[in-house]
Amino acid sequence: MEITPVEKIRADFLRPITPGNFGKTSRYWVIGLTLLLCWGIFAYIYQLRTGLEATAMRNYVSWGLYISTFVFFIGISHSGTLVSAILRITNQEWRRPITRSAELLTAVALMFGGIMPIIDMGRPDRVANMVIFGRVQSPLLWDIMCITTYLTGSLLFLYLPMIPDIALCKERFAKTGSTFRLWVYDKLAMGWKDTPENWRRLERAMRVMTVMIIPIAVSVHTVVSYIFAMTLRAGWNSTIFGPYFVIGALYSGSAGVILTMSAFRRIYHLEEYITPRHFDLMSKIVLSLTMIYAYFNLNEYWVPAYKMESHDGILLSDLFSGGWSTVFWILQFGTVLLPIVILAIPRGRKPVGATIACIIIVAGAWVKRYVIVIPTLLHPFLPIQNVPASWSSYFPNWVEFSVTGGALAGIFLVITLFSKFFPIASIWEVEEGVHLAKKGLVIPGINTQNGADDRSSADHSNHKPIPAVQEAFAK
Amino acid sequence: MEEEKKSNRRKFLQLTVVSGAAIATGAGLRNAFSEPNSELAKSQNAGESVHALTASGDLVQVDTAHARAVVHHPVTNDEARTGIAGKRFVMVIDLAKCDGCKKCTVACQKMHFTPKDREWMKVFEMQDSETTPSYWMPKPCFHCDNPPCTKVCPVNATFKRQDGIVLIDNERCIGCRFCMAACPYSSRFFNWERPVETPEMALTPYSPEQGYPRRVGTVEKCDFCPDMIRQGKMPGCISACAMKALYFGDENEDAVTNSDGETVRLSTLLEQNAGYRYMEDLGTKPRVYYLPPKNRRYPKPDLDHAASGHAAVKS
Repeated sequence: MEITPVEKIRADFLRPITPGNFGKTSRYWVIGLTLLLCWGIFAYIYQLRTGLEATAMRNYVSWGLYISTFVFFIGISHSGTLVSAILRITNQEWRRPITRSAELLTAVALMFGGIMPIIDMGRPDRVANMVIFGRVQSPLLWDIMCITTYLTGSLLFLYLPMIPDIALCKERFAKTGSTFRLWVYDKLAMGWKDTPENWRRLERAMRVMTVMIIPIAVSVHTVVSYIFAMTLRAGWNSTIFGPYFVIGALYSGSAGVILTMSAFRRIYHLEEYITPRHFDLMSKIVLSLTMIYAYFNLNEYWVPAYKMESHDGILLSDLFSGGWSTVFWILQFGTVLLPIVILAIPRGRKPVGATIACIIIVAGAWVKRYVIVIPTLLHPFLPIQNVPASWSSYFPNWVEFSVTGGALAGIFLVITLFSKFFPIASIWEVEEGVHLAKKGLVIPGINTQNGADDRSSADHSNHKPIPAVQEAFAK
Repeated sequence: MEEEKKSNRRKFLQLTVVSGAAIATGAGLRNAFSEPNSELAKSQNAGESVHALTASGDLVQVDTAHARAVVHHPVTNDEARTGIAGKRFVMVIDLAKCDGCKKCTVACQKMHFTPKDREWMKVFEMQDSETTPSYWMPKPCFHCDNPPCTKVCPVNATFKRQDGIVLIDNERCIGCRFCMAACPYSSRFFNWERPVETPEMALTPYSPEQGYPRRVGTVEKCDFCPDMIRQGKMPGCISACAMKALYFGDENEDAVTNSDGETVRLSTLLEQNAGYRYMEDLGTKPRVYYLPPKNRRYPKPDLDHAASGHAAVKS
């Protein structure tokens, strides 16, 4: 019996989550990540017992790796908004197989990003004070409000288009799935009946979320930048920090999307769906964002550097030609200009080239956050005099590396486990794309080789009418 | 447990006279009433009389039997947050007189039981440019009128009082260190480690006005010694200054006093000596004024020997 395209799409995306399909490599990967996460938790418990003395932070550098990582994780979390919301709003057909992994990265990066400031707190036992005595005048409160709103929105944005797929999983694995797995599917499917009314409501909810999530995402990284920009410190006292951080977030986040695409494509053999064309188009987005980011860097550093106003001047001299110059220029040339060069040539936008460029971008973005936070703290207005040596320099110690590494492992672990439980791409949206393409309504977004050759498209009658199609015909 | 604490709080006993709101004087009396049990005090000391100063300024003689020992209670949290009514505290630091002896730092550390490396009152060796002379610059917290630190506090743990003082409530502070990042003067310190406490410190009830017992994971800084002010005494650094370079007082009274007890008009002092505030351009409106280091009475600091090797020259 010939497999219909719909059946093939379903089979391909359901294969990785089929019960019992948990390979040896996957097991080692999950065990490894769990061990790293546990080590991070152990280091954090040690830090709790000792006090923040356990870290390398001291009175001048009072924020270190944790806050840098917080900014980085929140930055990465801007991926889902870009790919899912903007591409959805503009009806980019090729978005279909990559939206879910992008949204997943957003939600998970945001969860762990939100934990970082709590890890950094001297008194996490008093975290409730933020609610009891919360001062709305404090940028930290703006952060809490924006990040929780964005997290709620992102989880909804991830969850809503999952509902039809979860219902599908529930149906498919009714016999093979474990009781727990079926219970989860049953609860999360929320009684999805696949009726036109169900679809209508889903479409409407998605439309609202798609529009709302964009300003929320912009607000999040703007207020993250305000933690720095609302102070008088040299290097932070900048009026472009809001948009600079938003662009920096999109630049690292969209590179993060290419990395998730690349990973799932290889691991779950989705080459047929996530094609070189996807890498080419995403690379162009990353390329343009990287160029905007370079432009912001120019503004952020060149404008004050031209003037060399007293305290800014000291900090900039240190960045340009002092102790920080090596890392500063590696960041500017190696992780901003080099990716622009790679992504500007067509070969660089192929899967391998794009992946390499994006690894450089993401790593660079992390180090860049560090170089935004630490040098400013090391250049106070009053000179650093007669203090213990540990106060006048900073490099994260094993506790900070372990806790941060644990958080990173946690991100990988949650994404991995998610992808073993739920389809990593939106099956119904991919099907919808194929369907629309067959009707000649859109240019195919994915390589529909099998679909295009298939002559039994009438088999789609078993698939419920898709609202977008219905609407198109209704006109 | 609470009772035990009270009975051990002998050092903080104060006396009131039953007949009036008078404050008892004399160390001998203090010893006689070291036991907070007034019945005991009566039986042992009846018949002796002491001189006491009443609130209206009269010196009266009363029988010790009528004097009662009371436990010194720190002010309530509400009082500590409101401040002392009608006052606007200021400090003036005469850089012409300061010789960098750091007695202020030492006195401050002793008074607040601060670890050695933590200098609430810190003496900097400054030089504004290569061509201008160097000088010593004692620097407490500036208790700014437009404080960048209290603005950013998410929980109102650090606050500005009506008497101008900026304090920290270590029992509310969550240790986010946003105030440390926001303070342009590096005036704030963090309790990275679990504080080492003497039994005496540990038994002292906490008040934001004295800043101890310390709490791990919270921020601390110079507090202008409001607990001393309430007792009618000068902050520790002012009294300790051998050069009489530090003045403290009330802006509303337009009077500041130094360690010698010399009281001068604040406005005249600033006027005649071209007083200024550090980094006025930041707009933080500090409550600490400096008098420029002209006609210095001491050898200037030798910056080549600055202990940590950090040049103070800013350009």
